[in-house]
Amino acid sequence: MAVELRPELFEPEALDASAMEAIERPPVTFWSDVWRRFRKNRLAMFGLVLLALMLLMAAVGPLLTPYDASANNWAIGNKGPSHEHWFGTDQLGRDIFTRAWIGTRISLFIGITAALLDVTIGTLYGVISGFSGGVVDDVMMRFIDIMYGVPYLLLVILLLVVVGAGLWTIILAMGISGWIGAARLIRGQVLQLKEQEFVLAARTLGANSWRIMLRHLVPNVLGFLLVNMTLTIPGAIFGEAFLSFIGLGIQPPLASLGTMISEGYQVYRLYPYQWFIPGMILAIILFAFNVVGDGLRDALDPKLRQ
Amino acid sequence: MFRYIARRFMLSVLALWAIATLTFILMHSIPGDPFTDPKLPEHIHQLLLHKYGLDKPLYEQYLIYLNNLLHGDLGDSLRFREQSVNKMIAQGFPVSALLGVEALAWSVSLGLLLGLVAALNRNRVLDMVTMAIAIIAISVPNFVIAGALQWLLGVKLEVLPIARWGGIEYQILPAVSLGFGVVGGMARFMRTSVLDVITQDYIRTAKSKGLSAFETVWRHVIRNSLLPIVTILGPLIAGITTGTFVVEQIFGIPGLGKYFVNSIYNRDYPLIMGTTLFYAVILIFMNFVVDVLYGVIDPRIRVVGGKEG
Repeated sequence: MAVELRPELFEPEALDASAMEAIERPPVTFWSDVWRRFRKNRLAMFGLVLLALMLLMAAVGPLLTPYDASANNWAIGNKGPSHEHWFGTDQLGRDIFTRAWIGTRISLFIGITAALLDVTIGTLYGVISGFSGGVVDDVMMRFIDIMYGVPYLLLVILLLVVVGAGLWTIILAMGISGWIGAARLIRGQVLQLKEQEFVLAARTLGANSWRIMLRHLVPNVLGFLLVNMTLTIPGAIFGEAFLSFIGLGIQPPLASLGTMISEGYQVYRLYPYQWFIPGMILAIILFAFNVVGDGLRDALDPKLRQ
Repeated sequence: MFRYIARRFMLSVLALWAIATLTFILMHSIPGDPFTDPKLPEHIHQLLLHKYGLDKPLYEQYLIYLNNLLHGDLGDSLRFREQSVNKMIAQGFPVSALLGVEALAWSVSLGLLLGLVAALNRNRVLDMVTMAIAIIAISVPNFVIAGALQWLLGVKLEVLPIARWGGIEYQILPAVSLGFGVVGGMARFMRTSVLDVITQDYIRTAKSKGLSAFETVWRHVIRNSLLPIVTILGPLIAGITTGTFVVEQIFGIPGLGKYFVNSIYNRDYPLIMGTTLFYAVILIFMNFVVDVLYGVIDPRIRVVGGKEG
């Protein structure tokens, strides 16, 4: 059976120029590409879930029990984990479950704030140093060389003795000690970036140095900053726990995971759960941040990108 | 090369001076003095201050301190009567150093091995397991490990002494706690380094000329991937040093770390200064050695004019 060929079958389809240009699928942006690769990393995803869980528990954990985290009750001191007190009670009869999540809040707060401070100082320093070049860069880098030689923990401890331990002093102490790594990293990146055409283009369009640094260079190193931050946070959390453990951190009745471990450690032979539980929570948080940071770094690494 | 070493040396001295000055300023901003005690009559207080030169103007104390420092004299401890800081460091440091070396010995070798295994099995199960172990090792703070080991091996199983310092059986738990985190860091660094090496052309050459897998790894992969490891030795030693503060405290070990922490509580100015400077000298010297060493072992890196990348 022959097909009847009529002229109207051969009429060209109307061309809609705007429809041709339409993008049918959502565009693969830089960040969605990163997320796609991050998702494939099972360990990193596991870390992300753990992290979300820890954040959730820090938010709602203390609300799940009827107890006050810092109310003493001598009558029920040193009771092991039970139906009423899920993680048991400490020497002063305080509910460890409630206290642990309050402590998690404080530890997380210190870690994140200190990391933000670190990264901000480090970025500004690194960008200015790398972008300026010449004598400014030389002086700034020599200063870093000297600072790098300073054993920071010694200074942090001295500083805490002088100013007195407290939430903000600890954050400040962690902040002044951790920016050097970020500064070096960012400077290295900026040295590579500043010779590229977009910087020249921005300069040609009349942008001043500050605008180029903050609007053009910083966004380009955002990935590195993110990785640096995810890996700085566990460092700061560990630093606070360490300082609290040697008695220079958060002061009671306020609790951080470090102070809880330190308090529990005094009775560790008889009541091991008192330091083991906060110790485990601390370890899980550090693990989650480290794994997520690693996953992010792999996902952002241009060498692995096809 | 010589110019570079000289330059680095100058920088190290400058860093030391900066630390000495900073510590001096911070230390003297600590409220109170070493003899603050309500029971002490005021004139005796003054006499004590005079005896130790603490009544002189601050800048004068500073110059005296620097002068003594140049002569290698760190002064006398204020709390432990008739003990010079030099002597206390001479007593404490060998203990800390022994502990540090033991911790490094087991942890670095294990870490390198784990990293190598992970890299050679890249993206297989073994890689994932090894790296998970490495991250766990990094994530568990050394004082938590120390507590867990004390409880498990000391209290429950009673196979090792819980604390104090003595023969080898006293050194096992502290050395294990101290090196724990290093294993993880080392393994991760080694893995990256090996992965870098095995994609190089000379490895393909080695394989194609008929070397067995073992020969290739032993002769070419390991040697080349060990090079960058030298660069992290500096931070590593710093980590071990700070680790000893808390580990020595936990296990009651009479090392330098314990002196340091106690000197701060006691406002023992010369001891604070002495231990801080001593630590600083060690760390800076190690960084200096590492930098120079790196240029020596890797002929590809000839530091020109001392510029850093």
